[in-house]
Amino acid sequence: MSTIFASGRICPLDKNNVDTDQIIPKQFLTSIERHGFADALFFDWRYLADGRPNPDFVLNQPRHQGCSMLLSRRNFGCGSSREHAPWAIKQYGFGVIIAESFADIFASNSLNNGILLIRLDADAIETLFQHSRKPELVWSIDLEQQLLCCEDGVRFSFDIDADAKQRLLLGLDFIGCSEQLTPQIDLYEQNRSQQLPWL
Amino acid sequence: MGLTLYQKIYQSHLVAPLNAGTDLLYIDRHFIHEVTSPQAFAGLRQAKRAVRKPELTLAVMDHNVSTQRRTLDAAGETSRIQLEALAHNCDEQGITLLDLTHPDQGIVHVVGPELGYTLPGMTIVCGDSHTSTHGAFGALAFGIGTSEVEHVLATQTLPQQPAKTLKIQLDGPLAPWVSAKDIALAVIGQLGTAGGTGYVAEFCGSAIEAMSMEGRMTLCNMSIELGAKAGLIAPDDTTFAYLQDKPNAPKGEQWQQAVAYWRTLHSDQDAVFDREIQINTDSIKPQISWGTTPEQVIAIDQPVPAPDSFADSAKQEAAQRAQNYMGLQPGQQLGGTAVDVVFIGSCTNSRLEDLRAAAAMIKGRKVAAGVRALVVPGSGRVKRQAEAEGLAQQFIAAGFEWREPGCSMCLGMNDDRLLAGQRCAATSNRNFEGRQGRGGRTHLVSPAMAAAAAIAGHFVDISRGDC
Repeated sequence: MSTIFASGRICPLDKNNVDTDQIIPKQFLTSIERHGFADALFFDWRYLADGRPNPDFVLNQPRHQGCSMLLSRRNFGCGSSREHAPWAIKQYGFGVIIAESFADIFASNSLNNGILLIRLDADAIETLFQHSRKPELVWSIDLEQQLLCCEDGVRFSFDIDADAKQRLLLGLDFIGCSEQLTPQIDLYEQNRSQQLPWL
Repeated sequence: MGLTLYQKIYQSHLVAPLNAGTDLLYIDRHFIHEVTSPQAFAGLRQAKRAVRKPELTLAVMDHNVSTQRRTLDAAGETSRIQLEALAHNCDEQGITLLDLTHPDQGIVHVVGPELGYTLPGMTIVCGDSHTSTHGAFGALAFGIGTSEVEHVLATQTLPQQPAKTLKIQLDGPLAPWVSAKDIALAVIGQLGTAGGTGYVAEFCGSAIEAMSMEGRMTLCNMSIELGAKAGLIAPDDTTFAYLQDKPNAPKGEQWQQAVAYWRTLHSDQDAVFDREIQINTDSIKPQISWGTTPEQVIAIDQPVPAPDSFADSAKQEAAQRAQNYMGLQPGQQLGGTAVDVVFIGSCTNSRLEDLRAAAAMIKGRKVAAGVRALVVPGSGRVKRQAEAEGLAQQFIAAGFEWREPGCSMCLGMNDDRLLAGQRCAATSNRNFEGRQGRGGRTHLVSPAMAAAAAIAGHFVDISRGDC
């Protein structure tokens, strides 16, 4: 089966170690809602101290408007575990992030929000940054075949964990999947209270 | 082939295989706080799910609280709403909450261990990346996101995949004034902030065996800054001595039974790690970060590196950018560089041992003119003990602000923030751009280094005895 999981244009954020404090700063973490974070994404880079958009920041450049895939480099999403980071990314409009590597907690949080993370080696990432000089190019992702394809014919295959792939393709209710194992959880708890009674 | 400590804990918590390469693991202890839990409770309500085991969850107010006044609205209206939401959710679901009026309230990673909620061999999660702290007790402890908080509340389990194993052997004595914080920063400087990504790091060696529980917590706390999923230290007599009188630790016959089990929690002699590194600790000097990621760190007697001294072009660019942000020049000595603010606190360094190390630098002197210095104890217990020992009085007499417990200026969610351009000696864990306040310049150091900077008005090399 071959289907298009996502298609769109790529926005290049040419940095290593983009941490979740940069993705969404602390002042937006006082919300008790899961929505309303799109305007907070990359706040300190995106807006000047007086609140005006920073014209030098890539998200504010007219040629990079309307992108649905974000490109970065090494160790994207490091730092705080705040899920507000993938919420802000998704609510801004990015459903796919392509980078050389991702921090572990950010990767789990992204999966839980249906965001596809594509890991590529440094050479491939460099090629994508070169390509991003033509921001009008449209890319598509065949998740089943694990392919990232450009309309100009360039394509990259990528590895993805089998479980993550299945969860993204099926859009599963993760809690519901675990709840199907409730008899096993009950049994585990019975054994636990016998063997480790202090817990 | 033997098993590593991580593999033993993982296997003992296996409920069932779940899906391709993924297992369902049981979670023994769940800590929650006001910032990353409200959406999880809302999700439960929406799906009409209940909390499966409320007695295994402990809630604390810490991230978003004022450290000056103990009222819910003292850090602002949105904070009040968030704190009230936590109180409401805990009340509705029967979860124990240490609120602002509770004498033991404090930072979740300080409170959990000191009340005995953290025990060896447990799986522990919290919607906070510094959950790695609890690995100091030989518990598999890691930070999770809000969707996972909801998952644990509903099922007391989490889907997990086996991580790779990294052994970090630290051997040798520590030079005077070198603390666990300096070791953590030196290790991160050597391996990088993504050096541990995909791994669970186990710390071992003679330096670990000689280290206090407070020091071990500092080290495991910082393992997330290495990118590791968790940090681990095998429990030993130091661990058991720490736990013995803690309120929630097992008592009587169960204590004996528990200790016998805990003694089995170590990596086997023939266990194979995916990666091993060995570091001699005797040459480690007091560390100080110069950049905007914890791997950009040097010993206090070294100059700020020139960006072109890095082999990798990405690191060169990162160094250039960081030095612009930090207002530093290549070759500059940080000893002698003036500070505006000193922050002693956070889940990394706000325990009694940290406050003792900081207070020992005061020696009857005053905080330098023009420096704002804060001491924020990690919990109500730490605060009371510090007051009983006379540490608080020493801080206050020297001109430090003595605060109520909370996360405070580590992340600046409350009103404790840096102003743009202010340079701060911080005992916390992250020097990211804007972390402590937009435009703020954070240098990560040990409590002794921070206190010495407060007195001198600039960073000093405490190993030279000139402070």
